[in-house]
Amino acid sequence: MATATRRMRKIINEPDQVVKESLAGLAASVPDILRYDVANQILVRADAPVKGKVALISGGGSGHEPLHGGFVGKGMLDAACPGEVFTSPVPDQMLAATKAVDGGAGVIHIVKNYTGDVLNFKMAADEAADEGIKVEAIVIDDDVAVQDSLYTAGRRGVGATVIAEKIGGAAAERGDSLEAVVSAIKQVNARGRSFGIALSSCIPPASGNPIFDLPEGEMEVGIGIHGEPGRRRAPLGSAAEIADIMVEAVTSDLAAKSGSNVLAFVNGMGGTPLLELYLLYGEVEKRLRAAGLKVTRNLVGSYITSLEMAGASLTVVELDDNLTALWDAPVHTAALRWGG
Amino acid sequence: MAVAIAMDAQTVTAWMNEIAASVRAERDYLVQLDAAIGDGDHGINLNRGFDAVVLALSTEPDGTPGKLLILSGKTLVSTVGGASGPLWGSALRKAGRALGDGPTFDLAQLVDAMAAALASIQDLGAAVPGDKTMVDALEPAVAAMREGLARGASSGAILRSAAEAAEAGMRATIPMQARKGRASYLGERSIGHQDPGATSTALIMRALERTVAGTP
Repeated sequence: MATATRRMRKIINEPDQVVKESLAGLAASVPDILRYDVANQILVRADAPVKGKVALISGGGSGHEPLHGGFVGKGMLDAACPGEVFTSPVPDQMLAATKAVDGGAGVIHIVKNYTGDVLNFKMAADEAADEGIKVEAIVIDDDVAVQDSLYTAGRRGVGATVIAEKIGGAAAERGDSLEAVVSAIKQVNARGRSFGIALSSCIPPASGNPIFDLPEGEMEVGIGIHGEPGRRRAPLGSAAEIADIMVEAVTSDLAAKSGSNVLAFVNGMGGTPLLELYLLYGEVEKRLRAAGLKVTRNLVGSYITSLEMAGASLTVVELDDNLTALWDAPVHTAALRWGG
Repeated sequence: MAVAIAMDAQTVTAWMNEIAASVRAERDYLVQLDAAIGDGDHGINLNRGFDAVVLALSTEPDGTPGKLLILSGKTLVSTVGGASGPLWGSALRKAGRALGDGPTFDLAQLVDAMAAALASIQDLGAAVPGDKTMVDALEPAVAAMREGLARGASSGAILRSAAEAAEAGMRATIPMQARKGRASYLGERSIGHQDPGATSTALIMRALERTVAGTP
């Protein structure tokens, strides 16, 4: 075991303790923001439940850090439910989180569209309803790489999840009603599109092996966030060529009116340095401008990742004044912090 | 006429032990299948779940077979995660409810319980045969059980044909294009790979055959 672990080039102890030890470490680093409920394996905002405020919960497999635990805190999530690496959490976690943050104004579950996440959150929502807690589940499905929805599990939830959590969290913090917060989150999902590419696979600690083999000089086009292979494989392109693919995929599907304000989010998959992400952002921004869109807000960095995978994704969300104000509103979490 | 064998709580516990041993033995194989068209955690998740089931049953020796199946299902829901946790968890819970409160059950009840498990999986996962999922193994297994029961075959023969049908269904997923679950994102690239969920389903049916074959 120890030998296999050491061979992995990961800074870990035992592979089956990675998630728990990482959660404990996150909590130790931001004790003013959140606490780690070890028994239920959930991260909860330090001052939860906030009375009279709509509460937001998200969750999903681990390996996407800082999503979701890094987004727990004032102005964003009230709790996060981390599963094992790339595995949906279980309903017990979501139910415990729902009870821990319920401030009497309703609880929203933000669910990325993956079969496992959807099923487990549904079971938790049913149980919460049985206990008299009002739960609204919103499924995020922004990945345009999944095209033929009749023959798939539907579009995956990827980058727009980060934006939805920020904007929904700001609406809740502002005192918006359950209906208004739900509406803002749904608007982000309806007006958000994403597309990702990978330059390398990634290694889940429990298996110790890369999920797929990607020969040098090739890239996976149209990936999700679980290290799964993409829609197709192509020769590794330049940043300009990659930006062409991403911008074309996202804008053609979004079909925003010329002159629309948009938020552009260039996200790293975990193994691509900021040096390259800024460079890619420059390429993307030029092309969005050329397509007639005004990039009025942006986010660049690794916020929804696949372990150490090299690669990036682009998310574009069409903004109106309300969404822009909610994006600008103060946030205080481990991974996103501004305003005050 | 089928030999009237009576199965009881011991049978359920023995079946879960068989599944746990089989999933543990095939863990890496399931991971490998899942890595090709999913995210490579299927064997790890099921291994964790059925180990937890074995532990839960070992501290609950006195239930009826129905109650033990329900407990097994609940334990899977609470420990597996992913899609297979809710799917097999609900399936075993529904199977347990179908068995009722009696201290024993016969082959006809077992067939009804497995049919209830299949219905639960199809209801929750909305998958039909041909989608390249666990349904492709479980549906023919249940059909084989029904057919054997109608024919008056022996319990050993019925469960052997169910396991064989599940394995045939499992192999039949290789040329399919996935329409449900994470493999569906691959589109045509999912063709040529055996579905990991159908594979673990075949293990579960083979474990049932071994369990009942060992029943006196």
